[in-house]
Amino acid sequence: MSAVEAYARLLAARAGAAQPVASVRHVHLSERPLVLVPLTMAGEANAPLAALVGTDERAPALLVVGQPRDRALRFAFASELAGILLAHVERCAAAGTEPVKPPKAAARQQPATAPAGRGAGRAGAAAGGLGGAPAGADAAGTGEQGTDGPGADWEAEAAPEPAEPVRFLDAPQVLVPNRAGIDFVRLFGRSTRFRATTGEHAVPAAVPVLGRWLTYLAGRAEHPGSASLVAMTEALTLHWATGQSALEDANLAALMAWIDPPAGLSGPEAALLAEDPVRWPPAGPATDPQFDNRVLAPAIRAYDAAAAGQAGSGGGDERLGEALAEIQRVARTQLEPTWRLMWRAVDRLRALPAAASAPRRWERDRARFTAYYSYLRDSDGGLPQARRDGAVAAARRLGALERELAEYEADRAFDDPLVLAGHRVTGEAFVGTVVGADRERRRPNERGSLVTRPLVQLRTVDPARLATGTRVRSPARPGQTGVTLAVEPADDGFLVVLELSGGMGRSKVPPPGSVPKVGETLAYTSLLVEGAFSAGLPAPEDTPWTHGGPPSPYEPAEQDARELWE
Amino acid sequence: MRHEGKTEARLGRIRGSEPPRRHNARTIAALTSNPGCARRAVLDAAGVDKERLAARVGFPAAFGQSQFAIVRGNAFEKQVKADGCAELLRLLRELLGLDLEQATYRDLGAGETGDSLHPRHAAARAQLAGAAEGARPTVFDHPLLRLDIAGQEVYLEPDLVAFQHGGAFHVVEIKSFPVIDGQADGEKVAAAAIQSAVYVLALRRLLGRADAVSHEVVLVCPKDFSNVPVATTIDVRRQLLVLEHQLARLTRIDTLLDALPDDLTLDLAENGAGGPVVTAEALTGALGRVAARYAPGCLSTCELAFFCRREAAGRTATLGAGVREELGGVETIDEALGLAHGTLAPDEERAEAAAMLRTAARVYAEGLQAASAAVPPAPVALTADGEPAAPPGAGAGP
Ligand code: SF4
Repeated sequence: MSAVEAYARLLAARAGAAQPVASVRHVHLSERPLVLVPLTMAGEANAPLAALVGTDERAPALLVVGQPRDRALRFAFASELAGILLAHVERCAAAGTEPVKPPKAAARQQPATAPAGRGAGRAGAAAGGLGGAPAGADAAGTGEQGTDGPGADWEAEAAPEPAEPVRFLDAPQVLVPNRAGIDFVRLFGRSTRFRATTGEHAVPAAVPVLGRWLTYLAGRAEHPGSASLVAMTEALTLHWATGQSALEDANLAALMAWIDPPAGLSGPEAALLAEDPVRWPPAGPATDPQFDNRVLAPAIRAYDAAAAGQAGSGGGDERLGEALAEIQRVARTQLEPTWRLMWRAVDRLRALPAAASAPRRWERDRARFTAYYSYLRDSDGGLPQARRDGAVAAARRLGALERELAEYEADRAFDDPLVLAGHRVTGEAFVGTVVGADRERRRPNERGSLVTRPLVQLRTVDPARLATGTRVRSPARPGQTGVTLAVEPADDGFLVVLELSGGMGRSKVPPPGSVPKVGETLAYTSLLVEGAFSAGLPAPEDTPWTHGGPPSPYEPAEQDARELWE
Repeated sequence: MRHEGKTEARLGRIRGSEPPRRHNARTIAALTSNPGCARRAVLDAAGVDKERLAARVGFPAAFGQSQFAIVRGNAFEKQVKADGCAELLRLLRELLGLDLEQATYRDLGAGETGDSLHPRHAAARAQLAGAAEGARPTVFDHPLLRLDIAGQEVYLEPDLVAFQHGGAFHVVEIKSFPVIDGQADGEKVAAAAIQSAVYVLALRRLLGRADAVSHEVVLVCPKDFSNVPVATTIDVRRQLLVLEHQLARLTRIDTLLDALPDDLTLDLAENGAGGPVVTAEALTGALGRVAARYAPGCLSTCELAFFCRREAAGRTATLGAGVREELGGVETIDEALGLAHGTLAPDEERAEAAAMLRTAARVYAEGLQAASAAVPPAPVALTADGEPAAPPGAGAGP
């Protein structure tokens, strides 16, 4: 919560309508995102009850579980969902590939973490992959380690030799209504990925594959700036401030009421109506208790009776069909309003121009997708993600998440003057007018040779709080870095003296225009993308015994397949 | 000096002819989450049915539990407690590494002494204190506890188990949310922890010794996606500190009552003719006499939240504690906007907040302008009264 967001909430409350806190869309939106609205049964451990899912607003698939306590029916639901999600995955993979630039030095550390024997095996197997070898796709030059999801170990190990590295042009994007929807994806992935498709507890073949993909998506969702699995309420509040609290914003219907109220209603009026669970059923996965008690419970009882009758007499298919149709009908009443809201929200977001750095973040999603896709196809890959990270993997992962968060914040400030505004209040950024410039200034560097380091002086009324020696950059001149030499109070504000380097060509005297001129207005921010690299961590196989020793790779275990789900 | 009879009579008048609602660990936990709210303190002390009250004044709360959740919760608890807590004893043995061959089970529930509270509490006290001397490990089910809340004695009807071994007690909470790969829903764990802390505190007060009850409570939940129970200990020292601090902060109920008109009543009963004893308007009026302190957190902890939210409309508190803090604690939205736009002169106390708000307003307006021009931001000219020349918000949203 920045001061600017707080102020925007005040304005929204007074205007009765949401106010923008972003001027560009910071979240990548696919042309055909997969929208998923899941419902679970109260009291159970993430037991699916129903879902609307699909990439076409007019043609969602409705999945229901007649008796959510029935294990076989749950896996039938999982199998149906798998059909849809895996088709989406394949469509993205079939959209084509692009070559990946050779990795930079920083990225090169990471394949080294793969034990040689395994790495070699993989490189060979990858050749049979789709469209050549999408293996090794993570060489995006971001230096990102294998850090996806609970189970980074497998990924660090799977980092292959970049033989002929390519990256898919598209990647799956799944949109769920809220944060609890992301939890549903994670837990449903957990309850399906270890299942066996043969033997006594066999489940339909696609179920464990679904589990792996859901786990992959949930893992991506932890990465700041990733758009693989997005909670709609969070995407919206990144761009609009309402006149209600963050707690109320977590209700998709109430949030959309402020952003896009129906004709004739103000934001708060519409939000009040949106809180009525009869008119606007909760966006899930939890259902409205009154709906459970009054509508769903009798429908499930009828289903149970029909199923019992069928088991008893051998007949009664028709009654069971009717009972199931009734559950489908009542589930639809709870899902459809949210389904429509999701697509309205997509439209609102799409109307914003994409932020300059959004494609770069999406490229990282595509790289991770490519890597995981080929891992699943690899002859000795394809194991489900472990239950927990090893100690080093966890530390690595936290480091990566921190770095990505810093990058994401810097990117957004750079791309968007409204986001930058928040940092101007805290003094991490400022907008000022150039009042003096010494374009030709040269001074000796550490080795004593003369280098061109122009000076500019800017006057700002922003409360610039920058220590001497802070590195800053301007969105208008991204190739040029400034270092603060002085920040002094000057009537009504501050005088900031910057020493500039970069972005001026090679000649001794910088060409005109390469250095800001007197009278120019510029924004400078101290949030820079190249955050420090975190201290080196040992490779997973070198984990000291104090931290649990090297992780043992996941071994499929009989009890996993047998795991109870009741 | 406490005037118990007088206070009780007064609270009885407020409640009217309805039977009192009893406090439980959940309501105490909620009370301490908003200790500054006199309204809730008075209503809870008087035992008014807040859910019905909210409905009567036209702001029904969306509280309520799904029967599916209730059924599952009860079934799980029954399973864990079956056969004299056999399953529970097994878990405790493994968790605490104890030899519990000799353990016994005692139910101190309403069955033994009827429904009356005093004797039940006395019985619980006798039993638990006796056990504390050191006897066989014992599981005590449904001990009736008592806690002093704002100068009023409150009985706790707990669905709790106290487990005693070697003279030391552990509080055991049975919850039906799953622990998956050693992790559970953070919110649910937090709620369970604060509720357990209420029991630990009440048990300590009953036994008169802090060290008689461990700050490690045992949480029993279903494991992963199964019905198999798993026990974990949670350290509730932090919750105990918070709880004791908040309970100490609760204004004495006498003091709160002294500030209220003598004839205040929130009687929800019906008269002989099927009409209300007190009309909805009168109830609304009476509620308005008792000061509230609304915060968005009330929406998940208090049945009156919709009523209080409406009443608090226009206050920065409705936007959330974080926002209110960002705004330098300014009370109302109008004030904050006045300070931001320079139409309201700040007093000394709010000078800093005002400066920050003015900056926020200015940079926001400049940001909007820069965005619409899609060129680097330029300073916006301020009009004479300091309001940005192009006031933001005029465009009423995107
Ligand atoms: S909802 Fe009202 S009565 Fe309840 S705690 Fe909040 S302010 Fe107090």
